[in-house]
Amino acid sequence: MPKTRQIEILVGAFMAAGFLALFFLAMQVSNLGTVHTGDSYKVLARFDNIGGLKVKSPVTMAGVEVGRVLDIYYDAEDFRAVAVLGIYSQYDRIPDDTFAKILTAGLLGEQYIGLDPGGSEDLLKEGSEIAVTQSALVLEEVIGQFIYGKAQEGAN
Amino acid sequence: MEWLARLGRSGLSFSARLGRANLLMLGMLRGLPQLIRRPRLLLEQLLSVGVLTVLIIAVSGVFVGMVLGLQGYYILSRFGAEATLGVMVAASLVRELGPVVTALLFAGRAGSALSAEIGLMKATEQLSGLEMMAVNPEHRVLTPRLVAGILSMPLLAAMFSMLGVYGGWFVGVGLLGVDEGTYWAQMQSQIDWYEDVVNGVIKSVVFGVVCTWIAIFQGYDCVPTSEGVSRATTRTVVHSSLAVLGLDFVLTALMFN
Repeated sequence: MPKTRQIEILVGAFMAAGFLALFFLAMQVSNLGTVHTGDSYKVLARFDNIGGLKVKSPVTMAGVEVGRVLDIYYDAEDFRAVAVLGIYSQYDRIPDDTFAKILTAGLLGEQYIGLDPGGSEDLLKEGSEIAVTQSALVLEEVIGQFIYGKAQEGAN
Repeated sequence: MEWLARLGRSGLSFSARLGRANLLMLGMLRGLPQLIRRPRLLLEQLLSVGVLTVLIIAVSGVFVGMVLGLQGYYILSRFGAEATLGVMVAASLVRELGPVVTALLFAGRAGSALSAEIGLMKATEQLSGLEMMAVNPEHRVLTPRLVAGILSMPLLAAMFSMLGVYGGWFVGVGLLGVDEGTYWAQMQSQIDWYEDVVNGVIKSVVFGVVCTWIAIFQGYDCVPTSEGVSRATTRTVVHSSLAVLGLDFVLTALMFN
């Protein structure tokens, strides 16, 4: 049987290695290292069709992540979908006539919201609403339009 | 008539064993305050249950990760999706293979040793000896082993997963030419801390409780002969493995639905 001191060192090394592995899983493997924990302010955006957008989908500006989708619900009043965007507070200089569109990463990848800045002097703030939006591209509709166009051509 | 009696007998003995196992658990939990006052007992058990199991866990972790890398690359490259190799390796390790394979290895390496040790203590009447000296053997001998098992399992599972991720990285990035940045970036964007990692840790804690409990109970409840000890050891490994695999299905259904 090894001496107490040796046992202590071995057990200490074992515990340290275990916690190090957990830390590694947290920071290197999972998204904990990249998750944004700071404050954010809420902005509403209404879409005719949100397609495959989900809660937690990224909101980007010029390709850089500036926020996340916090909530999605259906507004029965005007028959549109409302996405609540949480924009990180360090990005507080976004014009209020910014254009929001739902884009797809890759051909079949996940959907995200891309913001195109407008030219207004006024800025987006907590609770404001993005007026101009573009819905998600639904593949069936695009194909449907294409086939319809082809059929028209054939008729002429 | 005879078969009915036999069925009743086996049902009664099963219930009795279940009851004894629960009473034993209760007795071990009662020993917790005493263990806090004497942490040295825990230290020795952490050495035999935890530290000495690290080697087999580490080696299997690396190899399981490497196999995942090879197999995953083979399948994913058919669909042109090699970029998601990191996600596949990490998700399968963190969610399933890490906790489950660690628990199976733990049952084979540490659980069987626990059973044999406690069974021999019973066969050589060391436990009765302790009782004669007014020392509660459940508190003195069993509680530290239980706590050591429960503490070790999540740490061992985390090591397994970490080394597996590096094993997959070695094969995927090092040998098969998946892009290094893609491997890690895809993994980080797809693996969720709470959803995947924390649920895996919860799983391994549950497996730690079950495996150690079964091992200690089988040792403590064995027939105190050499044959009885050998049977208890076998039963520990078989019952632990079955319990882990069955519970894994239940836990997965509860957590990831």
